Amino acid sequence: MKLGLVIDLDTCVGCHACATACKQWNTSGTIGPLSDEKPYDEDPIGSWLNRIRSYEVDDAPNSKTVHMPMSCMHCENADCVTVCPTGASYKREEDGIVLIDQDKCMGCNLCAWACPYGARELDPDQGVMKKCTLCVDRIYDDQLPEEERQPACVLTCPTNSRVFGDFDDPNSTVSKLVVERAGKGLMPELGYEPTNQYLPPRQPRESEKSIGESVSLAEKMKRLANRVIFR
Amino acid sequence: MKPAFSVLFFTVCAGAGSGLLVWLLLEHLWLNWVADGQVNIKVTLICSVLGLSMLTLGLLSSTLHLANPKNAWRAFSRFRTSWLSREGVFAVLFYPVFFLYLMFLYKADWAVNLTATVLGVAAVLISIATVYCTGMIYASLKPIRQWHNSVTVPSYLILSLMSGAVLMHAVAMIQEYESVFNYSLISIVALSFGLVVKFIYFRVIGMPGTSSINSATGFSQARVRLMDAGHTSDTFLTNEFGFDVATIRLLRLRWLACGLAFLLPALFLYFSDVFSMYWIWPMALTMLIGLLLERWLFFAEARHVVRLYHGDQTN
Repeated sequence: MKLGLVIDLDTCVGCHACATACKQWNTSGTIGPLSDEKPYDEDPIGSWLNRIRSYEVDDAPNSKTVHMPMSCMHCENADCVTVCPTGASYKREEDGIVLIDQDKCMGCNLCAWACPYGARELDPDQGVMKKCTLCVDRIYDDQLPEEERQPACVLTCPTNSRVFGDFDDPNSTVSKLVVERAGKGLMPELGYEPTNQYLPPRQPRESEKSIGESVSLAEKMKRLANRVIFR
Repeated sequence: MKPAFSVLFFTVCAGAGSGLLVWLLLEHLWLNWVADGQVNIKVTLICSVLGLSMLTLGLLSSTLHLANPKNAWRAFSRFRTSWLSREGVFAVLFYPVFFLYLMFLYKADWAVNLTATVLGVAAVLISIATVYCTGMIYASLKPIRQWHNSVTVPSYLILSLMSGAVLMHAVAMIQEYESVFNYSLISIVALSFGLVVKFIYFRVIGMPGTSSINSATGFSQARVRLMDAGHTSDTFLTNEFGFDVATIRLLRLRWLACGLAFLLPALFLYFSDVFSMYWIWPMALTMLIGLLLERWLFFAEARHVVRLYHGDQTN
């Protein structure tokens, strides 16, 4: 298995819900707490496992705002694991998830230096490294209903821009999405082979068309009514 | 990269200390097997104490960098994969080998017998391996191209042997010890080598990198600008990687570092007849301060690719 995320840059609205859901779940999860320093001050600082940045792509009038959530890419060639001197960082054989054993980490920061994606952040209070676990304490939990056995960020995403799945299975949703939408990994030139893939924004016409196809007659009538009422 | 003083102090101090011990051991081996001379006990003791204390101070300082030092003992466990682990193992292995060497030397009435020779050669190799590992810690980090290049490791090795040679020369000069090697000449050559390596290094890091905000975001066909970094105050990432110094200041500091670390000591050694010999210690200290500045620049000029996500156009 090669578990990871597909992130749709076309539909992500940059609401930061994934980041807050992640913080909420993981601060009380197996690697918690995710501490903050001076949380209610002017300059709070704390460890987050997911961060969202917004970019302007291309120049006006063709410019487009793209929101890019980034967490651990669970790379195939995870240098963060190789450089770790204590053996705290490891990549699981069975599903490719990169994890940190909180009891072994000595907080030397070397893994954060080795990560090109800024996925690792030092916990300011505990002095150990924190990173995305792909909610390993959710996705295998038999106590949860099956549809909830997904990372917290995926479950919470209001635009369904995050999809969780197995990239080794060619018939999984993630694999199909990557093929259909030409998904790609970030900074391929460094050779880390990130598992997480990003779907580039679609051409406006194309995305409008796909919305048009799925609209039923009743929905069309409803929209027409809405438009009339708003006028 | 944010320069952490504990790490700067560690690499300079431990590098110079192990360089000094390497020269001492080479001196002994050469004395015994080639020059057929006698080991100078006083110089040996002074160099051993000085070298070992610098090495130890450096290693202790490096643990100050750890956020969770109670797990530092685990750092010896990943010798097969991690350069930091290898560095730790070699650094700690040096002590017993060197002490055994001194013991055998003492037992054989300060003659380097076969056992001492084996231990001495081993200590030299371990010492060089330690500095090599230090260099590789940085050189193995692909996200920082200012470190991930072929000059990093040679520069660590040369600067360690260079500073060791200057310290050895200082000890020999003060003790009026007739060494088998001409440490004045070796130091001048090493200082010039060091300067050349640094110039090559500045040239290498001046070349354009392969990553850009385009490859970082995956938008390769258009201009990409950061609109919002997603946080209102500093984060671990901006603190660790967002270290910025004006280019003009960096360039001035380069000259200052090169002047203090290489040019001044080399000029002093070249014209050493003019000065009183006691100037050698202030000069050695100047070199070490210059090397600290050089190490500071090594961090300050390194630009991690994560900066691309925070708005840098190229690395």
